[in-house]
Amino acid sequence: MEADVFRIGSGAGFSGDRLDAPGPVVDTLIAAGGPSAIIFETLGERTLALAQLARRSGGAGWEPLLELLLEPVLARCVRNGVRIIGNFGAADPAGAARLIAEIAARQGVGQARIAVVRGDDLLESAETVALLESVRCEPPLDGRPVAANLYLGARAIAEALDAGADIVVTGRVADPALALGPLVHHFGWDWDDWDRLAAGTLAGHLLECGAQVSGGYFADPGRKDVPDAHDIGFPIAEMTADGGFTITKAAGTGGCVTPATVKEQILYEVHDPAGYLTPDVVLDITGVTVEQVGPDRVAVAGARGRPRPETLKATVCYEGGWLGEGEISYAGPNAAARARLALDVLARRIPPGCAWRGDIIGVTSVFGDDAGRRLDGHAGAAGDDVRVRLAVAAPDRRSAERGAQEVLALYTCGPAGGGGVRTSVRPRINTASAYLPRAAVEARFTMLETSHA
Amino acid sequence: MPETATPGEPSSGTVTVPLHAVAHARTGDKGNRLNASVIAFRPELFAPLVEQVTEDRVRALFAHRCPGRISRHVLPNLGALNFVIDDVLDGGVNQSLNLDGHGKTLSFLLLTLTVEIPEGLLSGTG
Repeated sequence: MEADVFRIGSGAGFSGDRLDAPGPVVDTLIAAGGPSAIIFETLGERTLALAQLARRSGGAGWEPLLELLLEPVLARCVRNGVRIIGNFGAADPAGAARLIAEIAARQGVGQARIAVVRGDDLLESAETVALLESVRCEPPLDGRPVAANLYLGARAIAEALDAGADIVVTGRVADPALALGPLVHHFGWDWDDWDRLAAGTLAGHLLECGAQVSGGYFADPGRKDVPDAHDIGFPIAEMTADGGFTITKAAGTGGCVTPATVKEQILYEVHDPAGYLTPDVVLDITGVTVEQVGPDRVAVAGARGRPRPETLKATVCYEGGWLGEGEISYAGPNAAARARLALDVLARRIPPGCAWRGDIIGVTSVFGDDAGRRLDGHAGAAGDDVRVRLAVAAPDRRSAERGAQEVLALYTCGPAGGGGVRTSVRPRINTASAYLPRAAVEARFTMLETSHA
Repeated sequence: MPETATPGEPSSGTVTVPLHAVAHARTGDKGNRLNASVIAFRPELFAPLVEQVTEDRVRALFAHRCPGRISRHVLPNLGALNFVIDDVLDGGVNQSLNLDGHGKTLSFLLLTLTVEIPEGLLSGTG
């Protein structure tokens, strides 16, 4: 008989991920037969602020793709005991839970128990707003807060599963907590068993970006080739009670799981490898080893943990003015010189009070800097098909529109042969961090009451 | 400091190659702070990376971004270095006007650094 293994698959690594990815993961989990869960990570730093704005203007405050993500897999998961945990609740976890209940009822699994994790939203009550105002934000806020959310830990998720939830809907939680919650629920690890919490957190860290550990965001032709890159399978972690685990991926899919793919993701967004801070544990990956133990199977061992921090991190999103952008192409003889002239013209016509940046795509754009030092350093570079890009940060919408409009005006007033203008204007959201005392915050779950229960 | 180099130019049994020939990399962002891993393709290529891919050389490569503090973490188990580079994201993804405010493409800027590798180690790379 197989040792006690708990499998966790990834169904999404960000808002906008592939909608056909969860299916093969769920198929694989069901075929394996043991206890399992699938996690959906759909909240970037700003996603939650966008959801708040959508909610305030009468739209949905949850992940916009929620229905499309869950419809193909929900009934199979409920019928086969594959727990679903997702932060797709975004700014309105209760609303998302009601939507999931509707889908479940429609699909004949209305008996599914859905839990909602609350406590992350600091703008929800006067008490938490006051709490937020009592601490320092870095950088200091210079706009109206749109969203302020704590990164909650895994505990409320584990408790919801203990209480019998089939589906757990959260807003902001630390990404790895989506995996650590079901692991603690299954194995009964203590909340001060730091090394096991560290192992579960590392597994969650490896799963939280979806395909980034299974051949996505990895291919570099001739150096790092990825089979069937159009159909990369999303990852699955197989955890044992002692905290050892293997990373693999959905059966019958493209992509690859190798020590190289796993190493890239271990260090992704990590600063001090000896002290990766999460709400549940401080993770030390300096002793971690990876070993290929089969095709698309990599064993990961050696995570160590230290007691969790006494503070919880919050991300505060605030209004940050407006962004206007415009692009225009120049091609053929002397194209780069005409593009530089266009930028010179634009520089003299930027609306007052606006910060701006000019790039020449095809000479230097993303490697460059806002001040244009790298572009100046490539003065002699010639391209025969280049694109000028202007970005204008403005305090108000009108100035952002004027900045973008200047690119459009190059059609008749700019250098010869410019074409293909595109412009856009949108509000900006800035972010700041704050740290709140853990004891002042209450993370909790409630079970959704449905008429089908 | 050259950002690119052509392979070749052997001197005393070593070959100068871009880091791209011997290592892979991935960047991540938090606010205005970039992290960049550099991972040797094979264990025997790690020592030259530790020796040559230094904080000073990374600072020179990112000079146009005016980096603040740079720290380098060495992970022998993974054959990897992890750089943490402050203040190179023009304010971070939300504040920056860069098309790539995350700095996701900067892993491949890092891979343009050159390193000298003993000739015998280069065969079979990648």
